[in-house]
Amino acid sequence: MSRPTLLALQILVAVVCIVLWQVLSTVPVFGKILLPPFFFSNPFDVFSQIVKWFSSGVIWKHLGITLAESILAFVIGSLGGVLVGFWFARQPLVAAVFDPYVKMVNALPRVVLAPIFALWLGLGIWSKVALGVTLVFFIVFFNVYQGVKEVSRTVLDNGRMLGMSERQLMQHVYWPSALSWMFSSLHTSVGFAVVGAVVGEYLGSAAGLGYLIQQAEGVFDVAGVFAGMFVLSAFVILIDYGVTLVERRLLVWRPTASDGRG
Amino acid sequence: MTTPTAVALEDAKVAFRLGDGRVYTAVEKAHLTVAQGEFVAIVGPTGCGKSTLLNVAAGLLKPAAGSVRIFDRPLAGLNRDAGYLFQADALFPWKTALDNVAIGLEIKGTPRTDALPRAQKWLTSVGLGAFASRYPHMLSGGQRKRVALAQVLIRDPKILLMDEPFGPLDAQTRQVMGNLLLDLWSADRKAVLFVTHDLEEAIALADRVVIMSAGPSSRIIGDWRVNLPRPRDIFEVRLDKEFHALHREIWSVLKDEVMKGYAQSTHAAEAI
Repeated sequence: MSRPTLLALQILVAVVCIVLWQVLSTVPVFGKILLPPFFFSNPFDVFSQIVKWFSSGVIWKHLGITLAESILAFVIGSLGGVLVGFWFARQPLVAAVFDPYVKMVNALPRVVLAPIFALWLGLGIWSKVALGVTLVFFIVFFNVYQGVKEVSRTVLDNGRMLGMSERQLMQHVYWPSALSWMFSSLHTSVGFAVVGAVVGEYLGSAAGLGYLIQQAEGVFDVAGVFAGMFVLSAFVILIDYGVTLVERRLLVWRPTASDGRG
Repeated sequence: MTTPTAVALEDAKVAFRLGDGRVYTAVEKAHLTVAQGEFVAIVGPTGCGKSTLLNVAAGLLKPAAGSVRIFDRPLAGLNRDAGYLFQADALFPWKTALDNVAIGLEIKGTPRTDALPRAQKWLTSVGLGAFASRYPHMLSGGQRKRVALAQVLIRDPKILLMDEPFGPLDAQTRQVMGNLLLDLWSADRKAVLFVTHDLEEAIALADRVVIMSAGPSSRIIGDWRVNLPRPRDIFEVRLDKEFHALHREIWSVLKDEVMKGYAQSTHAAEAI
């Protein structure tokens, strides 16, 4: 299918959904409105709410805070994940000792940690960053751990036979291998950084997209909730696009699925 | 006149401990020498431990008994005089062809600005001058072998160890690679230990062909000198009368081992 056709069809889906929503929430069918405005609002109200946020400029502050929290969570979580992943992979004993605890902490739903972080770190951005870090850390950690452990035996032997020292093996073999695994999970870990930030804001904060949605919900402003959701989705899509660009730059050496030669 | 011995395995025995505690002896009492400038090919049936022997010469495996001497000095740790060409893909997938070749020098501390032009020269001499910026996955199997060859040769090792390097390639590419190898080798005649399961390839390339018996506990059971004139062309040499005579002679010994090896491997499969 050609690109323009695909794009047209994609837009068509959005248009149909929005029109259906608008019609069903304003025009009675057999004397009954199927989507009561109190629960479903309507696209027009949601859209004007979004316009209002952007024209008055309030949204920028909230977007900025959510973005800052996500970036901090991603950076800190990734750094920690890379370091600990490397350490565990190179020290099997340490990995074996900590294994049950790592699994235990990872199995914990992170939402239950939010109140603790709020108590420890206050209602500012750091409690949200901490929540995001707990999510990002484990994704990066598991990937780096796997990446270091699954370095091809032959490539490793080749490095040795070429005369690499342990330090050079680290630099030329383990490190690139681990990074490639980490980058392959980049979409997931960046996504989780945003999730951590927004959930944290939703559970208790004074700013951010999660806060905006929570505020609207508190006064039964359904249009506000939907507007917040749409802004959040657009925000995530933009970040994801950015990640794709970074990925393409960093993983040029990787074969893509469409590549015939393996 | 005595030429110094590049590689000498004396009564080398290689054994592995299996998962269930039993000891598997791969190679028994192997006695093998490679003189300086000599091209020796090891041929044997599948699973006879020929790659194992190569890994012992490389220092990647320690023999359970016997000794390994490299240029008359006992080998401790990895063999620093040897370059190793692997059967499987061993290039660094995250480096371009050029960087893959240059790394051999950079490891030794050669500045990158010196290493890159020399790597480019080597790529050109293996016929890949125009592919410097390609990553391994963008190259064909034969091209990857060429890069691997350049990667090993740029370090100018005194000994070249090759583990069925052209095994995964198709028949035509193998012959082209064989000729390329002979061309590069004739320039400075390194000692070469070349493992293969292909007797024709062995005779066409080598000065000496060594035959191993079927495993386990395989031994070296034959050693033939190949007196075909050099420089050789792999395509031409196969038509030579002497080539055929030698092939028939060696094959009569090798055939039994191949059948034994085949029978053993099918038995093993039935046991599982």
